[in-house]
Amino acid sequence: MKALPRLCMVLAAAGILGLFLFPMWKIILYAPQYPTGVQMNIWINKIDGTESGTLQNVNILNHYVGMKFIEPDAIPELKYFPMVILAMAGLALLAAAINKKSIYLTWLIIMVVLSIVGFYDFYLWEYDYGHNLSDTAPIKIPGASFQPPLIGSKDILNFTAVSLPHIGGYLAGAGIFFSFLAYWFRRKQ
Amino acid sequence: MKTKMSFLSWSLSAATVLLLAGMIAGCGGNQGKAGPSAVSSDAASAVYVPPGKYDEYYAFLSGGFSGQVAVYGLPSGRLLRVIPVFAVDPEKGYGFNEETKPMLETSFGFVPWDDAHHPELSQTNGETDGRYLFINGNNTPRIARIDLTTFETAEIIEIPNSGGNHSSPFTTENTEYVVAGTRFGVPYPQRDVAINTYAENFRGVLSYISVNKEDGDMNIAFQILLPAFDYDLAHSGKGESHGWTFFTTYNTELKNTLLEVGASQHDKDYIAAINWKLAEKYIAEGKFKEMPANYRDNSYSDKTHMATSKKVDKVKVLLPEDCPGLVYFLPTPKSPHGVDVNPSGEYIVASGKLSADLTVHSFKKMLAAIENKAFETTISGIPVLKYEEVVAGVVKEPGLGPLHTEFDGKGNAYTTFFISSEIVKWKVGTWEVLDRVPTFYSVGHLMIPGGDSKKPDTKYMVALNKITKDRYLPTGPELTQSAQLYDITGDKMKMLLDFPTIGEPHYAQGISADKIVPKSRKFFPLEENQHPYKAMGEKESRVERSGKDVHVYMTTIRSHFAPDNIEGVKVGDRVYFHVTNLEQDWDVPHGFAIQGALNAELLIMPGQTETLVWYPQREGVIPFYCTDFCSALHQEMQGYVRVSAANANTPLIWSLGEPEPEQ
Repeated sequence: MKALPRLCMVLAAAGILGLFLFPMWKIILYAPQYPTGVQMNIWINKIDGTESGTLQNVNILNHYVGMKFIEPDAIPELKYFPMVILAMAGLALLAAAINKKSIYLTWLIIMVVLSIVGFYDFYLWEYDYGHNLSDTAPIKIPGASFQPPLIGSKDILNFTAVSLPHIGGYLAGAGIFFSFLAYWFRRKQ
Repeated sequence: MKTKMSFLSWSLSAATVLLLAGMIAGCGGNQGKAGPSAVSSDAASAVYVPPGKYDEYYAFLSGGFSGQVAVYGLPSGRLLRVIPVFAVDPEKGYGFNEETKPMLETSFGFVPWDDAHHPELSQTNGETDGRYLFINGNNTPRIARIDLTTFETAEIIEIPNSGGNHSSPFTTENTEYVVAGTRFGVPYPQRDVAINTYAENFRGVLSYISVNKEDGDMNIAFQILLPAFDYDLAHSGKGESHGWTFFTTYNTELKNTLLEVGASQHDKDYIAAINWKLAEKYIAEGKFKEMPANYRDNSYSDKTHMATSKKVDKVKVLLPEDCPGLVYFLPTPKSPHGVDVNPSGEYIVASGKLSADLTVHSFKKMLAAIENKAFETTISGIPVLKYEEVVAGVVKEPGLGPLHTEFDGKGNAYTTFFISSEIVKWKVGTWEVLDRVPTFYSVGHLMIPGGDSKKPDTKYMVALNKITKDRYLPTGPELTQSAQLYDITGDKMKMLLDFPTIGEPHYAQGISADKIVPKSRKFFPLEENQHPYKAMGEKESRVERSGKDVHVYMTTIRSHFAPDNIEGVKVGDRVYFHVTNLEQDWDVPHGFAIQGALNAELLIMPGQTETLVWYPQREGVIPFYCTDFCSALHQEMQGYVRVSAANANTPLIWSLGEPEPEQ
């Protein structure tokens, strides 16, 4: 099928654009008082939760141990990451128009590098929230860190923090995989 | 007197209780309850709801003279909540905070108590729908509507020209109306006349209160002026009898003294059958009289978090002599109490509490009798139908002192007997008695979830008892009342559980939990708060003075008040604490209490604003604190108000925390 690489690349663009429709990541905090968990959703352009008060509730819980308030307006990445994704989607469509295997491969490599940078950035924010604690925190535990896991589950005091991709994250991953398929099918032609 | 029974039957029942007590004593003192009270060995597991699991049903039990509604889970019998309705409740600030005071306003002023008898769930197509619970206030005639998304009283409407609101609220099939029939005849209009001019000057008023389909708002649509009988209980028709309401009457003798004798003379009293669909037509045609009235309609808003009390001064009244076909009397033995309509709507069961038999009327026969003008006589222009033309059947000698009947979904009826202290199961249509179980003791109402609707649930039955005597650990002269739970899935009724109740339970309602749980509110969105004294964040917290009034715009969030230090308040001021709970999480209310408050505490739900008025009486520094254990640092949630002399110059200042050091 001649159009297959192009189709895959269009799907790659659609996949990463899914980041605007669904959260890419979720962090769920379980505790005795929160049997169903407090779920925070991280989008490409905002942070919210499953309920309107989620972010406030997470901040209230965090302030006992002196963690900074999570204020989405103070996180610049939430402003420029969306532009990067839009640009990459545009480039994916351009690549589909050109339909060369080297272009497909280049896009794939850029996207993988961007993802790694994104994860590292996410880790730095988590490290900062978990370690940069207020001197006047009501509860101080020497040597303790409250950094949530990058992925997976971790016990932090009375909480179990679970960090996992959300639908947007899976869609973006699928998008990257489709760009690989585009390269693969083009190479076979 | 605690019961609504006539004194005669009450005495009879007391005699029965004495007899029973004698029997118990005779068989070995307080351990002698084996036999009738024995439960089968699997009863415990039938009512066991494991920790952390929800009950299958909500049960709403009236609190009677407590003026409240108690919410229980079934089958466990666990008490979940007590809803203050007609009674002030310092725990919740109900009737004490500025927002809810208007709920208890009446034409007499602030009435902080009532006698709440009959909870009634709203219905759609004859089925309970889980939107609202209505309940009557007996003493100062009122009907309340409780919103089942918040379990809070949303509206209370006063019933004008009524003597006592007993036959109420009893909804129609789509909650078009709830009804309110007066138990006591009173002069109409109310005026200064000799009491022994009863027959001449007194009347009985039945009211129809419309319920708005969208928001539940209640209004008195019309009243019907009838002879001054005592209108005891009611139920509206359903299915084929939709469009009618049936009220029982006693004191058709029109006596005004020693009613226990005087009102027990007639062999038959009446069921008043009201064609309310026809009443709507007469109203539309303008065949009503507009009469002066004086009553209040009080509504609470979940947006402003405040109640408002509206005065109303007119009511539309229909006179049966101007409205042929509006009212018929069905002769019914003898001082009938409960009137209950079976799920199809065809049978009208009247519990003649002084009669040996239970009388059941047929709706079809009633229509035929009206068609054929089979009238015995007329009273004040109201036709009295011939008894034998309307009666469908009689349950022969089922027990002593029948009061109320509920139905299951399998064609059976269950009737309570106060004097013989039992519930009797009988077959609708054949009128044969199928089974009987004892109650402990002197059962009044009974409740099957949906048992007075078109779709009864055939699983559990609750008996609501007036007397407990030896059933629980004694607590001095006053003992708890109780409810008993029975399994009615089989041919034989089986007692499962016995649990104490608040106040005195009269009627109750039950509903499958899944009709309520999904709609239950967790908190109020802060952005929807329209309270005029709200503070939408700590930045809006402040203190303002206007003359002697000081308004504190205060916020709460785990675990502090903003502000928590206030100075410049003076002796003789009136201080309003308008407290907004900024939390947006389930089960995080904050409380507010201040020393020397002459009212109560506040208990503020997330997203809500409530106001406590406080009069500083002495100079000093007065602490305030959070009363609801909100968080790990709840005990730190406290603050101070400095009170200066009336003529002091202390500046009005407020603060939260020390200024942050420069970084």
